[in-house]
Formats: sequence, structure tokens, C-alpha cells
Amino acid sequence: MPAQKDRWVSSLVFLLFSIPLCGSASLQQEPSPQHYFSGLEAGKASLAFFSPSVSPGAQPFLEHIESSAEALQDYGVSVVKVNCPKEDVSRYCGKENALRKAFLFRGHRLIREFPTDALFDGNSIVANVLFALLFNEVKYVETLADLENIENVLKGKSNMVFAYVPATGTAEHRAVMEAAFVYGTIHQFVLTTEAALLKATSPDDPDVSSAWLLFCHCQQVTEPAQACRKTALAQPLTLLNIHRHLKLMGAPLVTEVAEDPEKISTVHLQLGLPLVFILSQKETYEADRRTAEFVAWQLLGKAGVALLSRDLVELNVLQRSNVALKTPDEGMPIQYLVLEDTDEVITLVEDKNKVKPIQEDEQEGEEEDEDQQENNNQDIQDDQVVEAVSRDKKRELPLEQILVLTEENFHSSLPEAARTVVLFYASWEAVSLAVLRSYSEVAAHLQGTPGLLLSRVNCWDWPGLCSQENVTQFPTLRVYQQGQQPVTYGGMWGAEELSSFILLSQVPCPLKLATMAEAEGYLRGEFPAELPSHHHPSLLGVFSSATSKAREAFEEAGNILSGHVRMGMYFEDDALALSQKYSVSPPALLLARSGGRSVEGIALSKHNVQDMLQMIRYELLDIFPEITVPNLPQYLQLGKPFLILFSAGDISQVESEEMLKLAKGRPQQTFVVCWLNLKKTPVGYGILRTHFSTTPPLPLLLWVNLHAGGQVFKFPSKQPITEVNILLWLEKLQAGLEIPSSTLSEEDWTPPLPAYDFLQMMEPELSPQPGHSPAQQPPRSPGGAPAGGDSGTREEPSQEGTAAEGGVPGRGLRGTAPRMAARDKHGRRHGEL
Amino acid sequence: LGLAMYASGLCAVSGAAFLYHDYCVIGAGPAGLQAAYFLQRAGRDYIVFERSHAPGSFFALYPRHRKLISINKQYTGKSNSEFNLRHDWNSLLSHDRRLLFRRYSRDFFPNADTMVRYLEDFASLLKLRVQYNTAIIHVTLEKNEQAWNGHYFLLTDQDRKNYKCSSLLVAAGTWVPNVVNFPGSEYVEGYETVSINPEDFTGQTVLILGRGNSAFETAENILGVTNFIHMVSRSRVRLSWATHYVGDLRAINNGLLDTYQLKSLDGLLEGDLEDLAIVKDKKGKLHITLRFYLENRNISAGIDSITLPQDELDNFATRAPYDRVIRCLGWKFDFSIYNRSLRMMPGKGNIKKYPQIKPSYESRGTRGLFVLGTASHSVDFRKSAGGFIHGFRYTTRAVHRLLENRHHGVPWPSTVYPITQLTNSIIKRVNEASGLYQMFSVLADIILLRENATAFEYLEEYPVGVLAELEMQTGRKARNGLFVIIMEYGRNFSGADKDVFYYNRAVGEAQHAWQSNFLHPVIYYYKHLPTEREMRLRPPDWPLPRPNAIHHIVEDFLTDWTAPNAHILPLRRFLENCLGTDLRNFFAESCFLFAFTHQKLPPSCQQGYVRMQGLLGSQELRQHAVQAGLLQDYTHTDLSGDRPPDSHHGSQEHLMRDHGIPLRPLQHLVNAKDE
Repeated sequence: MPAQKDRWVSSLVFLLFSIPLCGSASLQQEPSPQHYFSGLEAGKASLAFFSPSVSPGAQPFLEHIESSAEALQDYGVSVVKVNCPKEDVSRYCGKENALRKAFLFRGHRLIREFPTDALFDGNSIVANVLFALLFNEVKYVETLADLENIENVLKGKSNMVFAYVPATGTAEHRAVMEAAFVYGTIHQFVLTTEAALLKATSPDDPDVSSAWLLFCHCQQVTEPAQACRKTALAQPLTLLNIHRHLKLMGAPLVTEVAEDPEKISTVHLQLGLPLVFILSQKETYEADRRTAEFVAWQLLGKAGVALLSRDLVELNVLQRSNVALKTPDEGMPIQYLVLEDTDEVITLVEDKNKVKPIQEDEQEGEEEDEDQQENNNQDIQDDQVVEAVSRDKKRELPLEQILVLTEENFHSSLPEAARTVVLFYASWEAVSLAVLRSYSEVAAHLQGTPGLLLSRVNCWDWPGLCSQENVTQFPTLRVYQQGQQPVTYGGMWGAEELSSFILLSQVPCPLKLATMAEAEGYLRGEFPAELPSHHHPSLLGVFSSATSKAREAFEEAGNILSGHVRMGMYFEDDALALSQKYSVSPPALLLARSGGRSVEGIALSKHNVQDMLQMIRYELLDIFPEITVPNLPQYLQLGKPFLILFSAGDISQVESEEMLKLAKGRPQQTFVVCWLNLKKTPVGYGILRTHFSTTPPLPLLLWVNLHAGGQVFKFPSKQPITEVNILLWLEKLQAGLEIPSSTLSEEDWTPPLPAYDFLQMMEPELSPQPGHSPAQQPPRSPGGAPAGGDSGTREEPSQEGTAAEGGVPGRGLRGTAPRMAARDKHGRRHGEL
Repeated sequence: LGLAMYASGLCAVSGAAFLYHDYCVIGAGPAGLQAAYFLQRAGRDYIVFERSHAPGSFFALYPRHRKLISINKQYTGKSNSEFNLRHDWNSLLSHDRRLLFRRYSRDFFPNADTMVRYLEDFASLLKLRVQYNTAIIHVTLEKNEQAWNGHYFLLTDQDRKNYKCSSLLVAAGTWVPNVVNFPGSEYVEGYETVSINPEDFTGQTVLILGRGNSAFETAENILGVTNFIHMVSRSRVRLSWATHYVGDLRAINNGLLDTYQLKSLDGLLEGDLEDLAIVKDKKGKLHITLRFYLENRNISAGIDSITLPQDELDNFATRAPYDRVIRCLGWKFDFSIYNRSLRMMPGKGNIKKYPQIKPSYESRGTRGLFVLGTASHSVDFRKSAGGFIHGFRYTTRAVHRLLENRHHGVPWPSTVYPITQLTNSIIKRVNEASGLYQMFSVLADIILLRENATAFEYLEEYPVGVLAELEMQTGRKARNGLFVIIMEYGRNFSGADKDVFYYNRAVGEAQHAWQSNFLHPVIYYYKHLPTEREMRLRPPDWPLPRPNAIHHIVEDFLTDWTAPNAHILPLRRFLENCLGTDLRNFFAESCFLFAFTHQKLPPSCQQGYVRMQGLLGSQELRQHAVQAGLLQDYTHTDLSGDRPPDSHHGSQEHLMRDHGIPLRPLQHLVNAKDE
């Protein structure tokens, strides 16, 4: 701070020295009138009062005038007390009332006479005297019209300083007059005491009892219709503050800097204000210059703005930094920042603590500001599927194996192969195209499978065919087999799942097995040879010929599950023998997992299709499954809480056994016991991070109330994972004795970003009708990051906004390349082609 | 008394005398045949009456010079049959692909004889029930409580045979030539009979009344052999490429404009034909004068006694005498056959040649009487294509659908989709639908939202003028809000005096889409079905009342609105904000993450992944999504072990919330630029 004070003093001294000084005595002592008048010099001002010897009433006034004499002398005004001889009856001494006045002369000319009660103190004397002397320099206005007239005359010529003082003769008045004395030849000073004028020029409800000063930038106004920009003095009206303000207003708006910013000193720094550097580079100079100017206007009087060219100055800072801040405090290093918006610069200056300086670790800084930005980039793709597909569109897909079907050849092609797989898609639709990519992998995988033809129909080319085939959604995959109803695929859109479906649908579902040997082979996954079994459990329905109703339902269910489930059926005479091997009697299901190593016999009690379907689906579920991305939905459908063990790789034998015990212990489990292999399903890390901010020690057992409440409980990591411990923990948990570690977010899936509000843009064309909401506001999401938020709507381009975009400095400080790109984009109209 | 006798006589034999059909169609032109096609497909009891011995009798005579000005585009570069109908202005709608006009003619502007042949084929191949040589000369009503509309239509043909119908579809076209009556109009030849042999005009000076396509077509034919041709009409010429209305003067016919503007003797004048008068001099030349010069004069006194305008105003424009005056003033609807009880009234102003109908194409005077085809053009006169085959083939279908709902309880056809298909279904339609495109601002697709906006119902090509009556007219419910998809030209873009080639006429950026000038899709969102009052009070020039939100898809040079970022993305944002939901697609992996971190799932996961139809995506695609910052890759970062407990929680939460927020905006913009 001391250094700052020094600068203050020095500038004040500068101010004082710039004032013409003359005379040395403070108050000239009592000459006679003759003497006084003969001593007056042309062009010199003097304030005189005439006093008959000593009149007691003038005494306080004399004291004031003496006190102000020194100040007035600084402005070249001598103050003289003239002694009127008793017999003098001249103009100044003779009349009684003249003795109650002071007279201001310039040379011999009387300029003004002041009643002594107007000169009630030093301030009023100085103010009034200067006011009279600066009659031409300081215009007094009473109405807004007068003010506007002056303003209009000044446009393009010079700037204006407009001051409101509650009354003349006040300290503020004096400060304004003193400033006018120095700057009156540079700027036009305008003064008023009209409260109405204050109200007309001040933005919000002003206090009429305090003074107010505006600097009006009229010099640069080129259009008569354009108003002068105005910068108010934020501090109290003192000579020092006014001087400082005018100094700042006079400084260049934006300083161009091409040297080490540490060595730079500008008037702002000298006056104790911070200096903001906008970092620029050649490519974006124009835009940065506009940004700098825009910021400079916002910060006028609060900070200086400089444009620092990175091309000319070697800076050892992050490439992404776009703003630097230098404070007047000696020894403080320059801060380099990455800011997104000009508002942030302004906030930065006004409250330096708000924006943290960028961290050295770029990675972290990035994540930091990614959080804050980007909620108004409506035109940036945020659909992961669409974006991924469009990034991939230049890659040529290996589609040679896939026959293109058209309206012309569709019906003639189908009979050519035993089975034809048709993918119906739309070439403009992202999900279709994503599936087409997986489909091409399927084609490569299944190449050479006898009797199988893979084909595709682009519904954008052949809408008639697609509607004729009753395809209403893209994509749709069907398997057409001769003499049978086509089977529509209803599973996950992944290459593996599609391949499996296509292969499974090769054989009838359910497959009728003729001999005991076939049935046994089927359960082992060895029969039929073309049907792969490695991933699928085999389901065998065993019926005695009497139980035809159950068999019909089973067959029906098989049609529905065709392609998804390996299903066989056996109803020969020795069916009973087969089923009894697995201690059930027909009708029964035999479920063989992992290549027939374990076969489970299930009695069939319900004989309608829906129940059968539900039962089959349920029985196919694993008792202690490894949860993966493709299989989760099957378990989600149970609508139960999940007890899930997160493991970094395969789970250990012990844990597996304990968990299996837990799962098997209660046949009608009220929760799903499962585990997740993070190596295989790395997205599991995302789950852990969401709930624990970091990956906790593994393995980790979680209870997740997926369907009710969403609480997530963490099994104490110190306890070994055993059936007993888990059960105890679950009891406590159920009793409400455990505190959830986390909760699933309750947030609604609201629009990620606002839409263009065309209705509002069209509004001028429409007379607004009451009762309608004028604008479409995106709903704010409860908590968390704003779903678009205010900045989005504020940024909505209006008609004027877009028209002016090129010229008016944009608010966005964000990077330079995006803006360049945006500028290129702007005005790209196809008519210009 | 005789009349009463006659009437009672008819009644006595009414059972035998009236041939009954549910639907009677008057006229076997394009509209009548089109209506017959839909009635036939729906299995309805109908009959078409045609006064001629074959369909399309208008086209047998007109246009006189035989060149149709409706385009017959052979190639569009696309195989999409629906899309191709946008550029096929002559075909009628049918399921039979043989009946596409491009199979009949290779000419871009085909010959009218081809149209006649096409219509004959259309009627015979589809086995439409047309009764030829039957001219309906009188139509009246018979009140009957049991009848569909409270009355039957009684039709009488030229042989006094009677027919009775429950619903009457008038597709009779406008075939009565417009004439003007002024002194000397007897010297005027009509377009319908004037010679089409240019040699008959050699060295002649010709005046043509009218400024429509028939007038210019006539002029075009004789331009090369005449001394000069002048054309007079009340209002200025309207060029269809400036008005975007196909009924205005087409460029194919405007050779005279060229010679006029290039000062080659031909000319164009504006004036009221009613004020005109023609006098014939002794040499047989025709002089133009004004009616008021003739008033109070005895014309029989001979031409010398008549003041001609040039006597007073010696530079009067049409002072030169003409050899021939030809009238080409168009046609009007034949109102004469309808009994007064049907209240078939002509429209007001420039639509007086058409009968008054509602936007549902039903007569304003008689319930159950629908006007189809050219005669129904009052609905969109000088706006859209409802007066032409490529427009009314769709409005006829719309009328058929209205009738199916009204009389047979068959609701307007619709398809129900899950909400995830919302963006797709709109994109599909705006890119290929022909009815929306041809009948822009008249027919609209309607999306009716189901409760909670989890599904929607899609209705195609509904007449937007009766939007308020949607529930009653379609049998569908619109309780949870609706979208209306319509195509529009920019307001203030089209007009006879507009410069449609000004610089920067086309908008390229999605955010300025509302200023698009060329035909582009507009989507209106209403939380409630607009009422009739709101329809009436809609802003001028707006096809619909003020919506709760509106979206314009930016005009496209190729009319291909499938660009992911410029077309689909802003549309999705609009739909999302109307519905308050997130319509992004997610890979299964994201849905998996959401399932364990969110209590609710976005619709794409809810309707896809959870139903075991998640999008697993190929390795490349997931990699692209990771690169775009739209998908997190946990494979590499996390196997290395625990990371310090940094600010991940916050950023992760953010990622979850706005999963799509790109991490590297710069990269995106650069990308967008590349594309």
C-alpha cells in the first residue's frame, strides 16, 4: 500500500503544479480603495470586500475568506480586504449594502458581486468564485432538454462531464469547480442542482441529497442519433476522486501490450486499480480486440484492460489461458486464468476471490471448468449415438455380405434361401446405422452358414415395402423362413446377440426330439450339431402324450421365444423314464446348464402360454448371475433389490460359495444376488464413483434398492463376506439400523438444453395473447447442474442480436477457435453457392 | 295442380324409380376417379356419373394447345415412391404401380391426350364403377330422418333417370367458360373454340383478354407469326415462380413477357374488362374503346360517329386496330344443376368461380355434400395446390377418411409409437411425405400425445382448417397435447411483386430457421386442441393459431432434412422442451450406469434397454462416443488402481446429469466445420 499512496501523492502534486500559481501572500492586507484599484492587473482576478474599519458583523465572514484565500490564490485569484476610509462615499465603500458583499474583478471589470451570506464558508467561497470565473467553461443547466442540447452539440467533438450537486457552495460543488478549472478546456463541464435532472440521468432511484458525476463519452459518437456512453463516478465527489476518474476516462480504452506483462505499468496501476490482460493471438486478434473493448467498457473506472499478444510475448503459461490479472499491489504475481464469459472477468475484478486461479494440473482444471461451461451450446450434438455414428460415417462398412433388397427384388429373393434375415433400417437414422455396423460384424461372423441369407432394406428408399411389411420402427430385424411366419427380433442390438439369435432360429423352436439318445444329447448341448449351446442353457419339455394341453402351451411359448432360447421337446413313450432320471414326472421341464453338467427338473403345473412364458423366463435366470450390460434387464424385470458384489476380476472361490449359499438358501428370494466383474464390465467403476466419489477397496458388496427409495448400502469392508455376516447385516439393514452410503439420483430426465425459442423471435409478428406463456422455458432440474439454465435463455439470439453479432463485441470469451468457427458459420447461406 | 300431380306420381313409383347408392360422385375426372378409388378400396357402395363417354372429358378438349403444364419428372435420384410423388404432378394415388404417370409419358410437360389415356386406364384397371354418358342435370334433396345427413340427394340425368344417394361428392370441376359482356363482345372469340393453327394468325394483330396460363399459352402459340399481340387484364400478371402458386403464369408459357420487356412489339396492359368496348370498322378491324364513349350513342350509326379514346388522347395504348380479339378468361363451376335447397353459393371475391365450402370440403349449404377436385380450390386458392391433381389427390383422400369416420365408424388411420420414435417419425415424414409437401399449409400431420408422453399417435395429412374439430372428425382423442407438422413458405416471401431472387434469401443456420423462405417444415405444439374460436382469431397469414411453442426446420437446398446437427438436433431439442423430457439415444452401457445411479431412466433406456432392446453398439462406435466426450471409458483409467479422492464426484455427477455435455467443445466446432 505505501507505494500506492506515493503514487496518489505524486499525482496530486502534479495536479497542483499544473495550476497557474501567482502571488505569494495569502491575504493582501487592507489597502485603500485607490490603492487597490490602481493595483489591479488586466486579466487577473481578484476578490475584494470593502470594509469600513472594523464592522463586527463581518467578522466570521472574514475568517472564512481568509481561510479560502490560499486556495483561491492557487487558482490565481487574489483576495483583498479593502479598507474604506470613513469619508469615502464611492461606489464600493459608500453604500451600506455594498459592505455586505464581496466583489470579484477580472482586471478592472467587475464580474460578479456576492452577498456575504452566499459565502458562508471556505468551500462556498471557492466554489462560487470559480463558478463565476468559469462561466464559459461550466454550463449550468436546468432542464433535460438543455442537457441534451449540449450533449448533441458535443457529439463527435469533445467529452462532457456532467455533475449534479444538491446545492451550490457545497464541498462537492467546490470539487467540481476545481476540477473544471483544470479540465475545463479539455472537457465540457455541465452542472445542475435540479433533482429532476439527476433522476433523468441516473439509472436507479438516486439519492437527491448526494452529488453525482457522469463522464459522457461524446467525442467518439459519430451518429447524431447515438447516445453518448456514460460512466458514473462511483466514489464520493472529491477533487481527488474526480481527478482520478477523469484521468481514467482519458486513458486509452484498451492498451496494446507487446512486452512482459510483469513490467507493464499503466495509469490504472498507478491509480491503484487492477489491470486485466486479454491474451490474444494473431488469428483471433480482431475478435479478441472486440472482446477487450467490450470488457474495457464494462470495467471503465474499475480496472484497466490491455490486449497482450501471445505471438509477441513468450509466456510460460497454459495455452488455454485467455485472461491475466495484474493487481496494483507490489510483489503480487500476475494471475493467468481460463474464463468462459466476459461476465466472469467483471466478477473477477469486482470480487477477486470468486474465481480461483487455474491449477497447475491441467487435467483437473479442465474438469473443473467443463462443469461450468457448455450449457448453452444448443447446436452441439449431445446424443452419444448420433455423434458416434456421424463420426464414423466416413468409414466404409463391409456390407458386401449383406444383400440389398428393394421393392423389386424383395419377394423374389426371399424364397432363394432357406432363411433370410432382413434388417429394415433408415439410412438417416442413427440407431439404425449403429445396428447396421453390428450387423456387418454378424455377416462376417456367419459368413458361409448354409441356407442363410443376410439382407437389408433401406426404408428411406423403399417406404412402401417397409409399410407393407408392417415395419413402423427403425431398426427392425426379421427372419423370414419359408412357409412360416417371420420372426421379429426383440433382443439387444449387439453383434453377439444378433448372431446367436440368427443361429438359434435355424432350428424349430421347440425342436422335436425323436429318440432318447437325441434328448440326452440335446441336454448335453451336443445335438443338433448346428445349434450352438455354449452360451445358452438347454430347455427340454418332456410330455407324456396325454398331456397335450401343456405341450401346446409349450410349443406356443417356443414360437414366442424363438431365437432367444434353446428349446426342445420330447414326448415319446419313454418320456416318463427320461423325466424320472431327474426326479420329475411329465409334464416337466428339464433345464440343463453349462453343457449338461447340471440338469434341473421342474414340474409343469400351469398350462397356459403366459404362465409358461413367465416361468421359462424365470427359470432361465441364474441364481447367482454375473451382471453384465446385456443381461441386466432380465434381472431388473424382477423388480427386486440387488445385492451385488463388485469384484476387480473373477470372484474368489470363498466369496462365490458364500454368496451362492446365500442365494440358494432362500428359494423365493426377495432380492437378486449377483456380482459384477469390473474387468468385464468396466462401467461398474462409473457406478462406484458415482456413489463413493472414488473406487472403494474391492471386493465390495452393495445393497441397492433399485426400485424403492434408491438407497445404496455398503457392506462393512472390514467384515469378511460370509453368508452369516451378510444375513446379519441385511437384518440390521431391514430394521433401519444402517445408514445408506448413497442414494440413486431422483432426478427427472429433463431436456438437456433449451430449444431455440422461435415463438419469441417471431413475437413481433404476433400480437401476444394473454393467458399464454410467452416463452418456452426449459424446466430446471432439481438440484445438480442446471438443465440449460438462465444463461441459455439469455443467450437466445434475437433478431437484433444476430444482426449485430458481427460488430458488437460478443459476451463469449470462450476460446478463440470456436468463435472463428462460429463466425465462419454465420451467414453461410446456400443462396451464395 | 299439375305440378303436384307430377310430384305425387314420382312418389308412387319412388321405390323403382330411384337407383340408390351410398355415395354418388359427379364427374369422372381425376378427382372423381380418385374418390372412386378410395371408395372402392374401402368396399363402399358408390357410383360415378360421367356425362361423356370416357373419363377426363375436360382434358379431351383442354388445354387447347395440348401441353399440360404439370410436371412429370422421370428421375429424382431417389427410389422412394412417396418422395417421388412430390415431383409427379399427374399421377393419381393408387396401390397399382402401373398407374404412375411417368409410365405413360416421357415428356416433362406431357400431352393432354396422355392424361385422357391415363384416366381411362385408371378407371378400367382399377375397375372403378363409372356410369358414362350420364349427365346429371338436376340435384335436389329429400328430407329423411333416417338418412346419414338428414336428407337424401336426388339426382336426375339427361334421360330423366333418377338416382338417390346418402352422400354426394361433387367432382365436376370448373368447366363453364368465363365470359365478359361489353359492347362489341360478340366480336370476341373464345379460347374454347379459337383456332390453334398458327397459320390462321399470320400477319395479324391480336388482342388477348386475360392473363392466365390459357391466355399466355394462346399467345405463345402464335407469337412468331403475328404482327403483335397485346394482352389486357384487370390485374397485373402473377408469375408462379414469384407467388409459389402453380396456378399463376408458368415460366413455360411466358414467352410474351420476354418479347414485351425486350420491346419487340408485344405488350401487356392492365385495365378493367368491364369498361371495354369493341367496335368494328368497315374493313373488319376491331377498335378498342371504352364503354362510356358508347353510352347514349346509337351504335348502328356506324363507327365514324363513335368517339375513340385516341381522338382525345392521341397516345392511347390500344389505339391500333386489331384483327382478332381472343378471350382466355378461365372457367367457373356449374352452379345451375343444384336446386336452391342445396344452397350451393359462389364464393366471394376472387373465389366466386368456386362453390362455398368449409375447410373440410363439405358444402357450407348442405351437409353430406362434399366438393372435390378443382372445384374445391376455394380452400387454398392462390396458396396451395388444392385445385390441381397433385394437390387434390390428397385432399380427396382426406375427405374419404373424414367420411369413413363419420359414416362407418372407421377412425382416421393412425400408428402408435413409443415416444423414443417421435423425432424419427417427424423426420421421416417431412422428408418423404408428398401430401404435406404439395398441400403445404393445408394438410398437416398430427401427433397426438398419449398420457405422460410415453407414446404418441401419428395421423397423416389432416385438413388443418378443421383442426378444432379433430376429435369429432377423426375419432381420435387429443387430450394430452398435440404437435401439428406442416410445411410453409416464409411469410412475405411469395407474391406477384416480390423479388424471390434477392441475395441472402436462404437461411443456412438452424437458429435462424424461423426466417426460412423456401418451403420448410414447421411444427406447432399445443397443450390443448385449439378451439374454433382460436382458429378464427389466428394471426393473419398464419395457418394455425398461436401455439405454445413452434419449431421451424431450416430450409434446405435439397429439401433433405436429415442432417444430424442442422435438422434433427434442433428438432429434438424442441420436442424435448415441449415434453419436458430427454429424448437422446443412449448406448446400453450408459443405460446400465443409469440403472444403478438413477431411480428414473431416460425414455431411450426405459423403452429400449430395459425391454432388452438396448443398443450395445460396435467397438468403433463406442470409441467415437468416448472421443466425443459423450461416453466415459472406464477400461483404461481405472484398472491402474485407486485414484486420489479428487473432485471426481462432482464431475461425475455432472456427467451423469448431462451425459451429453461434450468435454471438448473446440473439437466439436472444428468437426462441425469440417462437415
